[in-house]
Amino acid sequence: MNGSILVFPDPPAPLLAQTLDLGGHTWKAVENASVAANTEPREGWSAAIISADDDAEAAFNLARSLRRRESQPVPVLLLISGAQLAELEMREDLFDDFCFTPFHPQELEARLRHLFYRAGRGTRPELVEYGDLALNLETYQAGIAGKPLDLTYMEYELLKFFVTHPGKVFTREQLLSRVWGYEYYGGARTVDVHVRRLRAKLGEEQANLIQTVRSVGYRFGQPRWSPGSAATPTD
Amino acid sequence: MDRQHEYVLRTVEERGVRFIRLWFTDVLGFLKSFAITPAELEGALEEGMSFDGSAIEGYTRVQEADMLARPDPNTFEIVPWRGDDTPVARMFCDIHHLSGEVFDGDPRSVLKRNLERAHEKGYSFFCSPDMEFFYFKSADRPEPLDNAGFFDLTPNDITNDLRRQTIVTLESLGIPVEYSFHENGPSQHEIDLRYTDALSMADNVMTFRLVVKEVAQDLGVYATFMPKPIAGAFGSGMHTHLSLFEGDVNAFHDPGDEAGLSKVGKHFIAGLLHHAREITAVTNQWVNSYKRLIDGYEAPVHVCWGRNNRSALVRVPHTKRGKESSTRIEYRAPDPAANPYLAFSVMLAAGLKGVEEGYDLPPEATNNIFDMTSDQRSAAGLQVLPRSLEEAVEVMEHSELVADALGEHVFEYFIRAKRAEWDAYRTYVTPFETDRYLGTL
Repeated sequence: MNGSILVFPDPPAPLLAQTLDLGGHTWKAVENASVAANTEPREGWSAAIISADDDAEAAFNLARSLRRRESQPVPVLLLISGAQLAELEMREDLFDDFCFTPFHPQELEARLRHLFYRAGRGTRPELVEYGDLALNLETYQAGIAGKPLDLTYMEYELLKFFVTHPGKVFTREQLLSRVWGYEYYGGARTVDVHVRRLRAKLGEEQANLIQTVRSVGYRFGQPRWSPGSAATPTD
Repeated sequence: MDRQHEYVLRTVEERGVRFIRLWFTDVLGFLKSFAITPAELEGALEEGMSFDGSAIEGYTRVQEADMLARPDPNTFEIVPWRGDDTPVARMFCDIHHLSGEVFDGDPRSVLKRNLERAHEKGYSFFCSPDMEFFYFKSADRPEPLDNAGFFDLTPNDITNDLRRQTIVTLESLGIPVEYSFHENGPSQHEIDLRYTDALSMADNVMTFRLVVKEVAQDLGVYATFMPKPIAGAFGSGMHTHLSLFEGDVNAFHDPGDEAGLSKVGKHFIAGLLHHAREITAVTNQWVNSYKRLIDGYEAPVHVCWGRNNRSALVRVPHTKRGKESSTRIEYRAPDPAANPYLAFSVMLAAGLKGVEEGYDLPPEATNNIFDMTSDQRSAAGLQVLPRSLEEAVEVMEHSELVADALGEHVFEYFIRAKRAEWDAYRTYVTPFETDRYLGTL
């Protein structure tokens, strides 16, 4: 949600990557301040999550460089272990909030939400985003990269469910009961039909957002932390 | 307010939709439409819009003219070919009497009734038609755009633009496409639609025919679903793949069977074969339809089934390993100028009858049947599909199955309309006669 989050280090801890993906955030991991500066999106980073777990010195350096910028300030969430607590002394100005590692995903999500709230972003709870895809829950409109996506009511409801539950695998029965809400006429084939319609409307580039998980069901978005694949997020 | 209604109203407001077209279908399968403004939309969704039904083929007599069109919010789509400046949306409608009762003459409600019957027996019905059609330079005469053949990759000419634009438009309307390729005939094309439940598919077929024609018109050519526009060339069919599901289980599939077919599947085929002659007037409803159902052009002529023969009336396509749920049968008689609501209704009714009564499936037609001459096949006891609209209507008129599936209103109107069409044809002096007789007799 809310634009791209800067994450340090690269690659981040798998749990962090997973938490961000499940929360539907777009993020980019960087090794140092210069990579951060070079890959910064035009609208700026929406926040930074900097982990001091491995290399505290580098983490504080990055936080400092973000603070020194003249452009819009980036709210910084620092991840540290309990043993590092003392290092925060005299560095209060480098971060907006911190969270102990190992963190609980829900705590991280809550702190992030609060960070956005204070920074004046994320105050549009009606907006759900995943990458280029955005859904406005109040106006029922969907769009890809700012272009409207014309959906039928059930296509919209299904997409909304997917976007708000990224990375998880759902069986057809689960989708049927949670999106349609009752034993629908066509049975679980209805889900297949609607997924196909959605993919057709999403267009070739975005169609693989909804993946078929063989003999199980469907998953929206790619789980980048899956075992075996190195957690090297790219935008 | 109903959430679906709210969704539609909100979308109309947000997207600045100026007109909402209400679509419905007459008995012969022509798409009818009238437009309402956003201001009328809420009332239309709640109560329906009244219109003069006597203007519609096969609807009502003048004295009971007013009918209600009740839009189905499920089918709300922005139509992509009007441009983004003044977006136009469409919804399919169910037709009701002013009193609120469902109107029996509405083909969409005929199909709904048949699907409901299947549902009562625990089945849901899915279809996937292969739509064939021709592009010509104009509607005046069948002049092909090219002379390419089956699966030919034609040079980067207008037909590629046509197909690409057609498919993009279909997909943006939520109609996924499976294949598209150049068919056998000159300027003939086929686009296969991915399966959906039969009601959505009938709506899709109506939308499809409009999209193909609209896109062709935009690019300055003419598209036609006429079943046999050129004598001596292949005709256009609408081979329809059918399957029944019981919950999430494909009721046609049995892994233990040689052909992969369950008892239900076999009875269903037997039902289709048994009633094939009776339903042909509906699946092939024009004088011209019977110019397609002749020997030699991969169109079915004899009532038989086979696993891999494309001249058989019912074909059982091979299913890939691991894709058992795709077990289906293909009924090859229908043509793309049929009324899809009625055609799907009678196919379903015929198949279900076979399941209910437990009809025995006759032996599979072997290839030598197709090597026989027409007379030899008849001698072997194979039934022949009706050879003309006249014969088809004759057979249909005695069919309880078709009367029951269509309902009295549609059944009677259909027979009357088709008799009139045949009479008009019968009394017409054709070019065949003037060419052949004028100089010699």
